[in-house]
Amino acid sequence: MDTQSVSRRNFLKVSGLTGVMLSLGLYLPTHAEEAEIINTAGAADLGTDLNAWIRIDALGKVTITDHRAEMGQGSYQAVPQIIAEELEVPLNEVAIVFAQGNRKYGSQITGGSSTVRGSYKNLLKLSATARQMLIQAAANQWAVPVTDCYAEAGHVIHKPSGKKANYGTLVADAAKLEPPKDVVLKKRADYTQIGKPLHRPDTPLKTNGTAGFGLDKTLPGMLYAAVERNPRLRGKVKSFDDTAARKVPGVKQILKVKMLVHSTPREGVAVIAESTWAALQGKKALKVTWDDSGFEHLSSEEIYKRQHEALQTNEGLSLKQQGDVADALAKGSKKLDVVYQTPYQSHSCMEPLNCTAYYQASKVEIWGPIQAPDMVQDFISKEMKLPREKVIVNMTFLGGGFGRKAFTDYPYEAAVISKAVGAPIQVVWTREDDSTQGPFRPGISYRCEGAVADGKISAFKLRMAGQNLGHWMGAPKDKPNNSTNEGFLKPYTESIKNLSIADVPFETPIPVLWWRSVYASTNGFAYESFMDELAHEARKDPMTFRREHLPDERVQKQLDKLAEVSGWNSRKPGEGYGMAITECFSSTVGQVVKVSKNPNGGVKIDHVWAVMDCGWYVNPDTVKAQVEGSIVMALGAATQHEVTFKDGMAVDKNFYSYLMPRITDIPPIDVFIMENDADAGGVGEPGLPAFSPALTNAIFDLTGKRVRKLPFSLATV
Amino acid sequence: MSSIIITINGKDHSLDVDPQMPLLWAIRDVVGLKGTKYGCGVAQCGACTVHLNGEAVRSCVTKVSRAAGQKVVTIEGLSKNNDHPVQRAWQEIDVPQCGYCHSGQIMSAAVLLRDNPNPTDADIDAGMAGNICRCGSYLRVRKAIHLAAGMERKVSSRNE
Ligand code: FES
Ligand code: FES
Repeated sequence: MDTQSVSRRNFLKVSGLTGVMLSLGLYLPTHAEEAEIINTAGAADLGTDLNAWIRIDALGKVTITDHRAEMGQGSYQAVPQIIAEELEVPLNEVAIVFAQGNRKYGSQITGGSSTVRGSYKNLLKLSATARQMLIQAAANQWAVPVTDCYAEAGHVIHKPSGKKANYGTLVADAAKLEPPKDVVLKKRADYTQIGKPLHRPDTPLKTNGTAGFGLDKTLPGMLYAAVERNPRLRGKVKSFDDTAARKVPGVKQILKVKMLVHSTPREGVAVIAESTWAALQGKKALKVTWDDSGFEHLSSEEIYKRQHEALQTNEGLSLKQQGDVADALAKGSKKLDVVYQTPYQSHSCMEPLNCTAYYQASKVEIWGPIQAPDMVQDFISKEMKLPREKVIVNMTFLGGGFGRKAFTDYPYEAAVISKAVGAPIQVVWTREDDSTQGPFRPGISYRCEGAVADGKISAFKLRMAGQNLGHWMGAPKDKPNNSTNEGFLKPYTESIKNLSIADVPFETPIPVLWWRSVYASTNGFAYESFMDELAHEARKDPMTFRREHLPDERVQKQLDKLAEVSGWNSRKPGEGYGMAITECFSSTVGQVVKVSKNPNGGVKIDHVWAVMDCGWYVNPDTVKAQVEGSIVMALGAATQHEVTFKDGMAVDKNFYSYLMPRITDIPPIDVFIMENDADAGGVGEPGLPAFSPALTNAIFDLTGKRVRKLPFSLATV
Repeated sequence: MSSIIITINGKDHSLDVDPQMPLLWAIRDVVGLKGTKYGCGVAQCGACTVHLNGEAVRSCVTKVSRAAGQKVVTIEGLSKNNDHPVQRAWQEIDVPQCGYCHSGQIMSAAVLLRDNPNPTDADIDAGMAGNICRCGSYLRVRKAIHLAAGMERKVSSRNE
């Protein structure tokens, strides 16, 4: 008897108990590109748990697992929309559940705009496989050739006779079949769901208050915690006086806590109470004396001064070097040498950080707005010395993520407090905590040197001085930050013969982390501002200049589209037009911004046009929404807010001084999507980097004034 | 602590709470209606917007005592079937991204439209400037309010 038949018999026994079901999952061996499709028996043979992405029960109800976080970017729709297409079921008839954190789903870190591009090929194949098994089961039942049968809207149909069977009546037989190795995928032209602007399944939940976010989780006996954390990283608690805090009605307990930010501890004092309000009142009443010894009391001025100095004296670690840049610079007749500066930023998700944890008898369960449930599981299992399966991580809807909620600090803190208190705990971060504690997007300075000859770039040298967030995760310090060229279009590197890109090491104790579009969010400003300066130096139209340096058919088509939709070639004198084009997570976005003089002073933005090339995509309406949202976020980061540091602490605490774009700031934005057969690129982030350089390039076009430092004020520029 | 009686979504609730507690936390933690959101706590973001006697207020800075004996409507009570014209317009246009701000956006928009059934872009901007959306769904908020205004007009002309 071979193992396969044992496990298959086992499987049938099990499925007999739990109700018949067709469940299919993916098995992805390490380093393999393509997953193997497995059912419960196949999973047992491999000695693994089935990661059931698709489950169809005897009533024909289809349940699809979303293994990624839903933070606004649309994974809650994208994953099911992909599966529904090849499975031939209407999206609005499937149930969608979030996966728990578990390695069996592969990476669940919802970052790098990777949900679709990282999994769509396997998901398409998986769903086509399930469909094929259902068709085969029907053909067997009817004793007809399988080629005479097809699937449609949750049914298999026998073409010649018109006989029809609901998937539910087929699952018992289908589940006994071996998943076929080769299935035929639909052609894009035949899609009825992918590529269509279907309504998001989460929208109705978000218009009547029923979508459950992290803060909405409740558990019987749950208490609330608010933590007064040291405002300086690496700061400790020297002592605290909780006399007044204990008198606040509803306050139950006060204790010192230690949270790990990466591997650095940060201490604080937690107030445990019966309601959020009591916890917040208690936190306010605390008197804590901090121990800040060993911490550098940095200020923003100091940070940028050091960056600028480093850029003048240090050649940095080379990431890319081609041709002879020094020689070309020396020979160039028209030379530029400029510095761009970009700010630290807070993620400021609309839902402040929070997490609910219940630690009991050597296991802990977590519920929260979590971007990376598998990372949280790993981290807590390691730090609390619990086996992975004893750390259960549940994702709620996320009120924004932007990279911040892919971090492990706040779930870990909740677990630690729950363990200490012995009750389920919801840790609530105030907006002030959220704004000032970091980790932040690093603020970065860039020195760009270049020369033009015969209307073309003869030398291009960029050096970046900013914190390497990889260092916080153990990246070696003698290697350059490999994100130094993020944002820069690859075809540029083909046309610019003398090119050098280097990372000038720069460190501070300020914790830093991914922020929407990561290094492209700041690099894009430097690269594409400088490209504009070089175009001006070469006396070329900025669009033409980029065309001449981007020898790539796909990009040329995108530039055609951008020029066409923005009316670039018919712009009139007195109108300021600027453009930029950046790459991020395998997608390229070009933008044109139009500005004019504001009668009340400064400049106003009249229009933004964006052309997104993300290759294969799922939902055009979501793609557009993501680009719109990215532009608004970029607008805020370019013109309204920055995290400034004084005495080692973040200064701005809430939205009255950390200003956010509001509806009154939003110009018309038109988004266009390129149609082609290329592989899927990212969607949630790539719309961000091109905006700020397109804007400042437009301001230059209008006023002759070059903005090289972000943020700046539109009112006074 | 004495109890405070508030009519929330048409139902009377007797709350034993600190009268200083903001209405936001009373609604969320004591009554258990979680649709109203905490975003800033200082009347800057609008995520906590509810209707107090028909007017949009920031519940994070409204003491629960101020609502004593009054009528409060939260997002859960705006309509029975998720079909207030603003909610329908929001669904038609798929306005929400993360959705966290939209309970507040919708509650603000409902009052805006009641007071001004046919708003211009400028009216919408003025009426909605207190609601932050970090995901940047503003263009769609504008579009959806126009759409909802159209729906209101249709309903009222049918009623005439
Ligand atoms: S939470 Fe009330 S306005 Fe922000
Ligand atoms: S939809 Fe996310 S904050 Fe508005």
